[in-house]
Amino acid sequence: MNGEELTEQETALYDRQIRVWGVDAQRRLSKSHILVSGLTGTVVEFCKNIVLAGVGSLTLNDDRPVTTELLSANFLIPPDESVYREKPLADLCCDSLKDFNPMVRVSVQKGDLSSFDVQFFDKFDAVVVSSCSLNTKKSVNEKCRKSSKRVAFYSVDCRDSCGELFVDLQDYTYSKKKIDEMTECRLQFPSFEEAIAVPWRSLPGRLSKLYYAMRVIERFEELEGRKPGQTSAADLPNILNLRKELCEAHSLSESQIPDALIERLLAGTREFPPVCAIVGGILGQEVIKAISGKGDPIKNFFFFDAMVGKGVIEDIAKRDNEAEQFQIGCLEGCLEVD
Amino acid sequence: MATEQQLSAIKGSKVLMVGAGGIGCELLKTLALSEFQDIHIIDMDTIEVSNLNRQFLFRQSHVGQSKAKVARDAVLKFRPNISITPYHANVKDPDFNVDFFKRFSVVLNGLDNLDARRHVNRLCLAAGVPLVESGTTGFLGQVTVHVKGRTECYECQPKPAPKTYPVCTITSTPSKFVHCIVWAKDLLFAKLFGDKNQENDLNVRSSDASGSSEPAEDVFEHKKDEDVEEYGRRIYDHVFGHNIEVALSNEDTWKKRNKPRPIYIKDVALAEVIQQNGNLDKVPVSTDPLSVSAMTTIGLKNPQDVWSLAENSRVFLEALKLFFLKRGKEIGNLSFDKDDQLAVEIVTAAANIRASSFGIPLHSLFEAKGIAGNIVHAVATTNAVIAGLIVIEAIKVLQDDVKNYRMTYCLEHPSRKMLLMPVEPFEPNKSCYVCSETPLTLEINTSRSKLRDFVEKIVKAKLGMSQPMIMHGHALLYEVGDGLEEDMATTYAANLEKVLAQLPSPVTGGTVIMVEDLQQELTCTINIKHREEFDGEKEPDGMILSGLTEALVQKNDEASKENGASTSNVSQTVSVEAEEDDELQILPAVSGLAGKKRKLPDNANSSNSDLSGVIDETKIPRKAIDREDSEAVVVLDGNGERKKKRGQ
Repeated sequence: MNGEELTEQETALYDRQIRVWGVDAQRRLSKSHILVSGLTGTVVEFCKNIVLAGVGSLTLNDDRPVTTELLSANFLIPPDESVYREKPLADLCCDSLKDFNPMVRVSVQKGDLSSFDVQFFDKFDAVVVSSCSLNTKKSVNEKCRKSSKRVAFYSVDCRDSCGELFVDLQDYTYSKKKIDEMTECRLQFPSFEEAIAVPWRSLPGRLSKLYYAMRVIERFEELEGRKPGQTSAADLPNILNLRKELCEAHSLSESQIPDALIERLLAGTREFPPVCAIVGGILGQEVIKAISGKGDPIKNFFFFDAMVGKGVIEDIAKRDNEAEQFQIGCLEGCLEVD
Repeated sequence: MATEQQLSAIKGSKVLMVGAGGIGCELLKTLALSEFQDIHIIDMDTIEVSNLNRQFLFRQSHVGQSKAKVARDAVLKFRPNISITPYHANVKDPDFNVDFFKRFSVVLNGLDNLDARRHVNRLCLAAGVPLVESGTTGFLGQVTVHVKGRTECYECQPKPAPKTYPVCTITSTPSKFVHCIVWAKDLLFAKLFGDKNQENDLNVRSSDASGSSEPAEDVFEHKKDEDVEEYGRRIYDHVFGHNIEVALSNEDTWKKRNKPRPIYIKDVALAEVIQQNGNLDKVPVSTDPLSVSAMTTIGLKNPQDVWSLAENSRVFLEALKLFFLKRGKEIGNLSFDKDDQLAVEIVTAAANIRASSFGIPLHSLFEAKGIAGNIVHAVATTNAVIAGLIVIEAIKVLQDDVKNYRMTYCLEHPSRKMLLMPVEPFEPNKSCYVCSETPLTLEINTSRSKLRDFVEKIVKAKLGMSQPMIMHGHALLYEVGDGLEEDMATTYAANLEKVLAQLPSPVTGGTVIMVEDLQQELTCTINIKHREEFDGEKEPDGMILSGLTEALVQKNDEASKENGASTSNVSQTVSVEAEEDDELQILPAVSGLAGKKRKLPDNANSSNSDLSGVIDETKIPRKAIDREDSEAVVVLDGNGERKKKRGQ
C-alpha cells in the first residue's frame, strides 16, 4: 500500500471519487479481489458499482441459464434469446462488465458455491452471496471466517420491494475522521449463524419486521427443500403456520410479522429495479468502506422497504454483558462527537 | 416487483428527465428496467473522461459525444422496445416551453446547477406537472417531490448560494487557502492572461496613495523586447514581493494579524530555478494546447504531492513562460478553466506562494484544482441509490398517491439508525415569490442605479429569469426576444443605460414594477424603496432585494468541512455550485442530518441551519415519527437513549 502511485490514467478516471475517499483508499481498492455468487438484479447493480470504483478483480459465480425472470432487473444482458441461450448467466454478465472499466479484471468461476473450500475463499477480500440456501449461506460465511486473512462476508436478498443486507466483517478495525483527526475504531461482528440464533425475545421491541419475516421464509424454504425464492402465494397458509410455531418458540407476538408483509414477500418473485439500485448501491458503498478500512460500516443488517421508504440499520448480535460493554464503549468512541 | 396498479401507471406515463450525467445515467437505466415506455431526456453536455467512473452508460470511445444520445443508445441495448427521445440541448432553450412541459406526466431532475433547477421548477409550476428533484455530493444525497399546491416548490426554501468573499480578504488579508486560490484565479490569472480592460483589484491600494498619481506604465505589460524569463521574474517579484511590502505599509491592518512575508525570487532557491533553462527542448511536442504542462517540463509527476515553495516558484515561472511561448495567441482572452492543465498549474503555484507569504498551509495541485474548479465529489453508489429513490417517488406521483410522497435523504452517518431517511414533504410556503407570487421589496438608489444594474443584479442574478419583461403600470421599460421591432429594441437599449428615476416612466421610491419571464410564465411584483447610501463592502450590489427566499451564503466553513469530508482525505473548503457535474451542492442541507450538527453548540447550530435551506433538521425526526403507523418499520431511537443516560 505504500509508495505506489496511481497512474496518470487512474488519476484522471477516478478524479471525482478520489476527492471523496482519498488516494490511499483508491490504491487499496485497486488491489482488492471480490467474489460474487448469485447474479440477481441487486448483485448486478453491486457489480457495476465496484467495477466503476476500480477494484482489482471481480469474480462472478452463477452457472444458471438465463431466464426472462432473471433478466427482469438485469441491464447487462440484451433480451435476445439467440444471444443469451448460448451461455450461462455469469459468462454473459462477465462479457458486459469487462467493458465498464478496462482496469478491472472480471472473470467467471464455474461450480457450485457450496463446493468451494476455505483455500478458495482465501483469495478474496470480500465475498457477496445472493439467492443461496440458508445452509450454503452459513457454510460460506464460516469458510470466510476460517480463512487465514479476513474475508468480508455479505449476503443480500431482495423480495418484492424489500431488501435485506447482512454484513460480517469479523474482528474489524477501521479508521474514521473525527473533526480533523483520524481515529481508530474496532468492532466485533457475529457470523450469520450466530446472528440469526439470537432469541427473538431478546431483540429490541421495535426491530424491523422485515428481519423476522425474512427468517420465517428462509426457514420455510429450508424445511421444504426449496431453492431460494422458490415460493409463491400458495405457500401462504403453511408459512403462516410456521410463523406461529416460530413466534411461540421465541415468545414473540405474531403481530410483529404482519400477514400483509409475508404476502408481499411471497407474491413478488421478481425483483423491483429501484430497490435493486438502492440496495446494490448501499452494498457497494459498504464493500468500498470495508476494503479501504475507512468509515463506519453497517453492523450488521440493513433493511429497505420501498413502501415505507426507510433504509434502516439493525445490530443483531448476542449480548452477553461483557460483549455489550465492549460494543457500547466502542460505539461511543466512534459515533459521539462532542 | 411493481404491482399491477403501479405497472399500469408506469406504462401509461410519459416522463421527462433533465440531465444525463451521474444521476441521469442511473435514472435512465432504472426507469427502463422498471418498464417505463416513453422517456425524454435533455442534456446539453458532452462526455468527459472524469465522468466515466460513475456515468456507466459511457465509455472512453464516447468522449466528446452528446450525453443524452449516447445514454439513449446504451439503454436501448438492454431494453430495445421502449422509446427514448434524446435532446442534446440546454433545458433553458425556448423550445422547451410550458407547452412542451405539459406533454409529460412527471419531470425528473438530475441537474448540476441551481440556475437550471430554478428554471425547471418554474416551468413545472406553470405547466402543472409534478417535479421530482434530486442531488448528490459524495455519500450524501436527497430526493424531493414538488407538486403545485400540494407540496412546497423547489424555491419555497432558501438554497445555499455560491460562497463569496470580501474583496479585502482576497486582496490583502487571506487567512485560508481558498482565499489564495481565489486571488490566484480571479485576480492574478485574469490580470496576466485575461481581458486587459476588465477591472481588477490585484494591486493592493495603499491607503495614503490615493492622492499620488498612478504609475505611468502597467507592470503587467510584457514589453516587446523583454525576455520571457526576465518578465516572469519581474512579475514574481512584483506580486509576491512588492505588493506584500505595499500591503505591509498599511500598519493598521497588521495590528491584530500576523504580518505576511514578502517573497522575492532571489530568496527562493534561485539556483534551482535557473537550472531549468533550456529544458523546454525536451518537452514532447503536443498539438493540444490544453495538455501543455509546466509540471512535466520540470519533472514533477504526482499531482497529489504538496510542492515546496521552491518547487511552486519553479512551476510558476515555467508555466508563465510556457503561456507566452506556446500559447501566446490566447493571452488577453483567457479565462480560468479547470481542464486547462497549465492554468491549473499556474494558479496552484501562485496560490501556494501566496499561502507561504501568509503562513497558510500549502496544498497539492489535485486539491487546488478541486477548489479552483469547484469540483464536486461524486461516486456511483450514491447516484444509484438516489436514482432508485427518484423512481419510487415518480411511481407514487403517477398514481397520485399524495399521502405517501416523501423527501428522502441519503446520509453518510446514520441518524436514528437510518441511512435512508424519509420525511413528509412540506406544504407550499405562502410567502414564496415563485409559487405564491408574493411581492418583493427592492431597496435601491433610484437616482444612481441604471436599469442595466437592475436587470443584471436583480432580474437575472437573483430572480433567475432569462427572458424578462419589465413593466411599470402599462409602460414597458424593457423586454428581450427575437420578435422585437427595431425601434423598440433601440428604446430598450437606451433605457438600459438610464438611471431608474429618469426612465420614460420614472421609477422612484413607492413605484411598483412587474417583472415577467414569458418562458417561465412567472411574474414578480417588486415594490421600490429609494435608499441613498449602501455599504460598499457588505452590500456590493448597491441594492437589496427582500422578501425572497434568498440564496444564503455559507457562514460556517468549518462545520460543513467536517460534515462533508469525514471519510475523506481531501477537505472541501468551498461550498459552491458545481460547474460540470450532475450533482448539486446539497451538503449544507443534509449535513445537519448527518448526525454531527445537532451536537454543536446552539450558536453554531443556528448559523448552520440557515443554510440547510431545504429543511430544518430539528423537525425531521419528529415529523418522521409522527406519521409512523404501527405497521411501519419502526425505528428505535438508540442514540437518543444513550445520550439521555450520559446526560443524567
